[in-house]
Parts: sequence; C-alpha cells; structure tokens
Amino acid sequence: MPTELLVFYVLAAGVVLSTAAMLLPPMGRNPIHSAIALIVSFFFLAGIYALLSAHLLAAVQIIVYAGAVMVLFTFVIMLLNLTPDQIREPRITATTLIGSGLGLFVFGKLLSALALASNGAKSVDLNDGTHATFGSVTEVGRMLYTTFLVPFELVSVLLLVAAVGAVVLAKRSLKYKDRPKKEAPAAHAVAATDHDTHAAH
Amino acid sequence: MTAIPLGHLLGLAAILFTMGLVGVLTRRNLLLILMSIEVMLNAVNLTFVAFSRYNGWTEGHVLAFFLIAIAAAEAAVGLALVLSVFRLKNATYVDELRLLKR
Repeated sequence: MPTELLVFYVLAAGVVLSTAAMLLPPMGRNPIHSAIALIVSFFFLAGIYALLSAHLLAAVQIIVYAGAVMVLFTFVIMLLNLTPDQIREPRITATTLIGSGLGLFVFGKLLSALALASNGAKSVDLNDGTHATFGSVTEVGRMLYTTFLVPFELVSVLLLVAAVGAVVLAKRSLKYKDRPKKEAPAAHAVAATDHDTHAAH
Repeated sequence: MTAIPLGHLLGLAAILFTMGLVGVLTRRNLLLILMSIEVMLNAVNLTFVAFSRYNGWTEGHVLAFFLIAIAAAEAAVGLALVLSVFRLKNATYVDELRLLKR
C-alpha cells in the first residue's frame, strides 16, 4: 500500500471518528466538548487538503475554521454560561429515528450516484493536469484577483453585512417600548442628535 | 500523481455530509445544529478540492475558499440568533421555541 493512501486512511478515520464524537453522547452531551471534537475534525480535514496539494486551503481551513469560526462558537458557548441542568441528555425519540432513516436514505442515494459516476470514468487518468505550483498561494491568489474578482468583492460585502447583522441581532436591548419611559431626557437627546445629523446631511 | 482514488475522497465526503445531515435532523441543541451545518459545508468543500485535484483545475480551490467565507458569515449570524433566542427563552433547544403555538 502506498504511503499516501495509508496517510489518507489515517486522516479519514480521524475525520469520521472526531465528527462522530461531536454528535454522539459521550462527548456530544456538552456543547463545548462537541466544539473541541469539531476543531479536531477540521485539523484532520486540513491534513487531507494538504495531501491533495491544496496548500492554501489547508492553511485557510486551520486559520479561518479552527481559528475564527470555532473560537466564535466556543466564545458563544461560554457567553451562554450553561448550567448542567440546562444541558439535556440526548434522547432517542421518533424524530431521531426518522432523521437517521432520512440521513441513511440520502447516504444510499449519494453512494449509488458515486457508483454510477465511477463506472464510466474508471479508465480515465485525470492526474496529468496538475503541476508544481498547483494549489499554491500564487496560483489561487491570481485566479481570485482576476477571474473571480467580482465574486471576491461581493464576498467581502457579504462578510461586512454578516458582521453588522450579527451585532444588530446580538445587541442586548431590542425593546423600543421601555426606552422613552426609563430615560426620557436621554431619548430626547438622541432624537436631537439624530435630527442634527439629518440636518448636516 | 496521486495514489488516492477519487472514489475514496467522494465516499469520505458522502459520509461526512450524511453525518452532518443526521446531526441537523436529530439533535435538538441549536449549537449542535449549527456545528452539523459546518460539517456539511466541509463535506462539500472536500468534494470541491478532490475534483479540482483530479482535474487540475484551480477553480475548485477558489470556490472552496468562497464557501469557507460564506460558512464564516453563516456562523456569525447563526450564533447571534442563538444568543437572542437564549435571551428570549433561556434555553438553546429548538423544541422550546414554540412562540407560535398556543
């Protein structure tokens, strides 16, 4: 067995096991343990990306997913400050059985599509298109700033909108009714400054 | 040349996607549901990377890059929603959310 394939099997087993640990009770009971299992899974997946010579994506996977998204998750879990009685034991209900059945059905469909697709393409060797700089920062970056320039800028707008939306959604006071009653002068001042800014515009 | 068959990679992606889907459908904790969605997005990313490796196209990497950005945006908004739901109901379980049911 070639070394590359062996490494792939080890990494794939790591991905599957850590994702299973995220979902299933021993670790999946507590959200923070699930988050840690998911971070481990992302590291294994980054290893698979590196094996497929997607060097930039392997780095981005670790920096953005394990470094930013999952830190956000752990921060929110700590911010919620869940007590043990707010964490429920996952039970097996009718929903669990129906959901698992649907999931297995989709899995079967995916596998049958995979078998169908790999039937015809068995003899085709597709490995010739790669070269030394494939997946490097230079090459992906060049494509990002030429062919995909407009989507790239749109994604930056999307991230800005998501950041603003997250701040607005997570703001503490969303009740407008309480504000004028409690601090009428402050509300008046805010209205006045609002009016001023409008006048300035 | 790579020694890993494409089918193995796609099979791993299918397994990951199914795990994410089952997680979304069966777990009742909002945080676990969001994490399962991340797992599903990662499975799609893996198919992008696998196909671009086997066809020698860099476009797949760029699309995977965009998908990571979208996943980050989704996580930010989703977690903000979890926070506001937690303030409203003091719980992170989806079956507590029945404001429309009397």
